[in-house]
Amino acid sequence: MKPSLALSLATASLWHRRRILLLVTLTLTLSVSLLLGVQYLRTEVRQSFNSAVSGTDLIIGARSGELNLLLYSVFHIGHATNNLGWNSFQELAGDDRIDWLIPLSLGDNYRGHRVVGTDRRFLDYYQYGDDQPLQLVKGQWFSDVFEVVLGAQVARTLGHRTGDEIVLSHGGGRTSFVKHDQHPFRVSGVLAATGTPVDRGVYVSLEGLEAIHIGWEAGVPAPGRTLSADAARIRELTPDTITAALAGIKRPILTFQVQRDINQYAGEPLSAILPGVALAQLWQVLGQFELLLMGITAFVVVISLTGLVTVLLTLQTHRHQEIAVLRANGASPSLIASLYLLECTGLAVTATALATGLWYLALLAVAPWLLDTFGLAINLRPLTGVESLLLLSVPLSGLVVGSIPAFQAWRLGNRPSGWGAE
Amino acid sequence: MIIKTTNLCWQWPRQTARLRFPDISLPAGEHLFIHGPSGSGKTTLLSLLSGLNRATLGSIRVHGQDLARLSGSARDRLRADRTGVIFQQFNLVPYLSALDNVTLPCRLSRHRRQQAGDPADAARQLMTALGLPVEIFTRKAPELSTGQQQRVAAARALIGAPPLILADEPTSALDVVNRDRFVALLLEQAARTGSSVVFVSHDPALASHFGNHLELLTETETEANP
Repeated sequence: MKPSLALSLATASLWHRRRILLLVTLTLTLSVSLLLGVQYLRTEVRQSFNSAVSGTDLIIGARSGELNLLLYSVFHIGHATNNLGWNSFQELAGDDRIDWLIPLSLGDNYRGHRVVGTDRRFLDYYQYGDDQPLQLVKGQWFSDVFEVVLGAQVARTLGHRTGDEIVLSHGGGRTSFVKHDQHPFRVSGVLAATGTPVDRGVYVSLEGLEAIHIGWEAGVPAPGRTLSADAARIRELTPDTITAALAGIKRPILTFQVQRDINQYAGEPLSAILPGVALAQLWQVLGQFELLLMGITAFVVVISLTGLVTVLLTLQTHRHQEIAVLRANGASPSLIASLYLLECTGLAVTATALATGLWYLALLAVAPWLLDTFGLAINLRPLTGVESLLLLSVPLSGLVVGSIPAFQAWRLGNRPSGWGAE
Repeated sequence: MIIKTTNLCWQWPRQTARLRFPDISLPAGEHLFIHGPSGSGKTTLLSLLSGLNRATLGSIRVHGQDLARLSGSARDRLRADRTGVIFQQFNLVPYLSALDNVTLPCRLSRHRRQQAGDPADAARQLMTALGLPVEIFTRKAPELSTGQQQRVAAARALIGAPPLILADEPTSALDVVNRDRFVALLLEQAARTGSSVVFVSHDPALASHFGNHLELLTETETEANP
């Protein structure tokens, strides 16, 4: 067999049948794009989640499930079932084993973005990615009760600058009919983009959050009982409760001990979770769905490859003349079989290359939307080993399924046959 | 002898009917005209001479080699190196240009390539000698007329000067004028390369072009009564 001749004939043959093969290649391209996309997004979503919080040893909140606490405190997904008493927070802050504590108070929103009540410690201690600290790109951290710091995405999408006044809405939903319009907040600073849920947060002081809720009953302001901004500034505004706290432990070896002590805290039922463990639990739960999704996607690719072989087998019935000419001129049955293998593999390689290009183009188009809508930072990066292997499996599968028509052609070439195309 | 057959028989698998062929002795450089009615085994005989099929019984020596003793791949090699073929119709690989169709044997056989020298040059010369216009050299098979396709096939059979050319009713789709012209051109070029032509046709009018004749009859025998 002559590999260069086989390659040249297979290429010419594919080009000759390009109109018929275009659709089947397109189907395969789309299914491979889907396969690559699912795996790529899976990796990126994990990366995005894993980089959301770093350097935090424990997340503390009211007694609840690990996942729930992780999701509402760090990712602003879902709601707390109960709150953490401020007294308990203060007591924990006094624990010698704890290096730092960041209070988090959730509940309100600003045009769909979660309002996070916290203090300076959030800027000083919160880390993401590879232990990267938060930074302000504009202005400064809030110092007044009615000042607010915006996450990068909030400032970008809503077009806010320092000095702008914004009005928070009551409740954590995307839409709210009750606004805190008596207490507008002034934007004092904007955080640098992190590619994490921090970018989607609106950060105010715990006192500010307390102030705008004074005089509220059953989710609405009681007439005449709310405070003016000036009155709020001179009033003691320590909260009774907060939603959660992030903790850094002085010596990592003490983490489990502190966790156990918090979980057995006598003052109120609390939960302390290790973010890494909770994330692992999250992937364990999602892993099954991911596997199912990958399975379905792989099945789509298999269906496309089956379609490809069906087309090649159909074409085979029209290729008896061509095969007879090649055989009569001395082409061996293995050369004929190799044409089918090369054509099938060639189409799979073409589809894989097109799919990779298509995926990156789609990514360029969709990544900003994903960031805006879901806060998912999908990076344009080279393919990982797993993704490359997955792509490599497509031409290999093409080679395997191509062996069906190839074997048939080889068998035809070996058995007694007529002369020419009669 | 370029061809020597003795007691040659062919039987299709799972069939009882058997074709028996007259013995052939064809010296190198001479031509043979085989004619006979449909079903007499003309095409089958060519498939045996080419080595595509293996004889059921009898001896068949082509190019001095006993084909019965050669493996399938050795017969493929022998055919690629030493035999040119022309079919009745559908002679060309549809996705190759006329020129690429002619040079195909040189790509399948190093021997034919060496014999041809520069295959593309040799192909152009042959096609010109066979009366094909230059503008069709780059055209694909479906863009050529039947007559042009047959002449391209003849050029392909002739390239690299194979000692034997097997032509299976190559003129059946041509009119009388083109038929005679085709045969004359083929034999003229074969004479230049010293090739023997085995020409199969049901048309006895062509017999005059050839020095040796063989008539096949519609006679089969059953396996039980050889």
